[in-house]
Amino acid sequence: MTVRAPARPAAPPEPPVAKPFWTIRRRDALVGWAFIAPQALGFVFFVLVPLVAVIWYSFQSTNLLAGTTEFAGLKNYEHLLDDPVMPSVARATALFCVGLVVLNLGLALLLAVLLNQKLRGTTVFRTIFFSPVVVSLVAWTIAWNLMLQDNGSINAMLRTVGIDGPNWLRGENSAMVSVIVVQVVKNVGLNMVLFLAALQGVPRSLLEAAELDGAGPWRRFRTITLPMISPTTLLTAIITVSGALHVFAQIQILTLGGPADSTNVLVFYFYQQAFGNHDFGYGAVLAVVLFVIIALLTTLQWRMRKRWVFYEA
Amino acid sequence: MRRSRRWMLYPLLVLLAVPFVFPTWWMITASLLPANEVLSYPPKLFPASPRWENYATAFADYPLARQYFNSLYIAAIVTVSTMLVASLAGYAFARIRFRGDKLFVIVLIGLLIPSEVTIIPLFRMVDSLGLTDTHWPLIVIPIFGAPSVLATFVMRQFFITVPDELEEAGRLDGLGRFGLYRRIALPIARPALAAVAIFTFLNTWNFFLEPLVYLSDKEMFTLPLALTQYVDVYGGNIWNVQLAASVTTVLPVLAVFVIAQRHFVEGLAQTGLKG
Repeated sequence: MTVRAPARPAAPPEPPVAKPFWTIRRRDALVGWAFIAPQALGFVFFVLVPLVAVIWYSFQSTNLLAGTTEFAGLKNYEHLLDDPVMPSVARATALFCVGLVVLNLGLALLLAVLLNQKLRGTTVFRTIFFSPVVVSLVAWTIAWNLMLQDNGSINAMLRTVGIDGPNWLRGENSAMVSVIVVQVVKNVGLNMVLFLAALQGVPRSLLEAAELDGAGPWRRFRTITLPMISPTTLLTAIITVSGALHVFAQIQILTLGGPADSTNVLVFYFYQQAFGNHDFGYGAVLAVVLFVIIALLTTLQWRMRKRWVFYEA
Repeated sequence: MRRSRRWMLYPLLVLLAVPFVFPTWWMITASLLPANEVLSYPPKLFPASPRWENYATAFADYPLARQYFNSLYIAAIVTVSTMLVASLAGYAFARIRFRGDKLFVIVLIGLLIPSEVTIIPLFRMVDSLGLTDTHWPLIVIPIFGAPSVLATFVMRQFFITVPDELEEAGRLDGLGRFGLYRRIALPIARPALAAVAIFTFLNTWNFFLEPLVYLSDKEMFTLPLALTQYVDVYGGNIWNVQLAASVTTVLPVLAVFVIAQRHFVEGLAQTGLKG
């Protein structure tokens, strides 16, 4: 709101300026800019400039030994198309994302439904299911690494019940399954809490009315609960997919992308190229690809929300 | 489901809890076993005679104490500074009407950009300043860059809900803008600040890619990276010592979580937007 200095018939000798320069609006603007300055400058220097730079780098080739950089046109992008490893990377990334989202959302919803029953001791179970979220990712992965060894505790326990477990991290399919499970158990607690909050928001009256009409538990769940919690499903799906695309530490510790590139997901391949091979040009291309995928997914999910989100608060 | 049959859910819950509890249990157990029993059959699920020497080795043969200090002080500085930077920016975006508040939409783009995308240019920037193998990039970039954008978002969403009357009252008491922020807005924003503090601390405590890229001197390592150093000359893991070190990084956070779990769950759930 503007507060103008009132017109004064006889200007008093002081202050010397008739209209004070520092109106509330001006003062607010100054304070506002000062308040956002650290964040805004940081955003420019550490997000915006690097984003533009990475696109620029993707058109360059760097020779680290000679210390020279030259414009390479579309060479790096052409390499993306004829890179023999790329099909494996695309396959591993897609498999990981799909597997993770399906397993994570499914398990999160199951746990939330179980905890939403009026049972004693659900707080304890909630704490248990949530606790891996606060365990350091690297420590968590190291523990699983030991458990998943060929003669590790998982296979040892399977052996006591007469099952001969695979060498989890050395088989192409079992390695992917292992990496997905390690990640799901680590983070499913977050989605579980979100689902739990959503379930508690489903009006009881609706469920009771349906019960009176003779709808069984499954029918009530499918036709009332699921549509009512669809905004949360969408939100958790977005979070989980973008989280899945970031997976790196687990791959670095558990499989190093192997065996035979079966778990060589995009971010891990990016790291190998950019910082293992010091190929910044090609690394930049992979970074741009990652950015485009995330931007596309977010827009897509945002557009889809009208179609399959039944109820939005 | 009828009340009488509900008890049948307990076995299911217990079964489901196994993969959530066992890794931490096994981490502790294996950290107390001699090296040759870590992969033994049948598995030793309880250490008969705990070998505390593993913990001594983890600290004596590796610069773990130094690395622990690195992680602690970096996480502390980043957490406190992020709370400051984000609450200032969040306050301005939410409550001050000025032309700069339109920048908020642009800042939101920061939520979309994964840290991997910008790390090559950031690394070259840090490298050209001669700051690799220092903690500067691990401190300055998170405070002002992409990680704090989420914190700003959370703070702004909170400050928007503050009723105008509260600030009006403060204004009548003669408070300026900074006074309104400092004396009125900040004190009632404690839940949001707690959320920001928790997820910033956990994020910083768990940084892995960034230290891997910026650091090569073991003395400078932060904990997640330090945990990967427990390998023998042939590249084989020294499991029991590695897990002892892991336990020392996990237990303090886990203990705080169990005590203050409501804050953790609410804080992390409402900021679950992180990548």
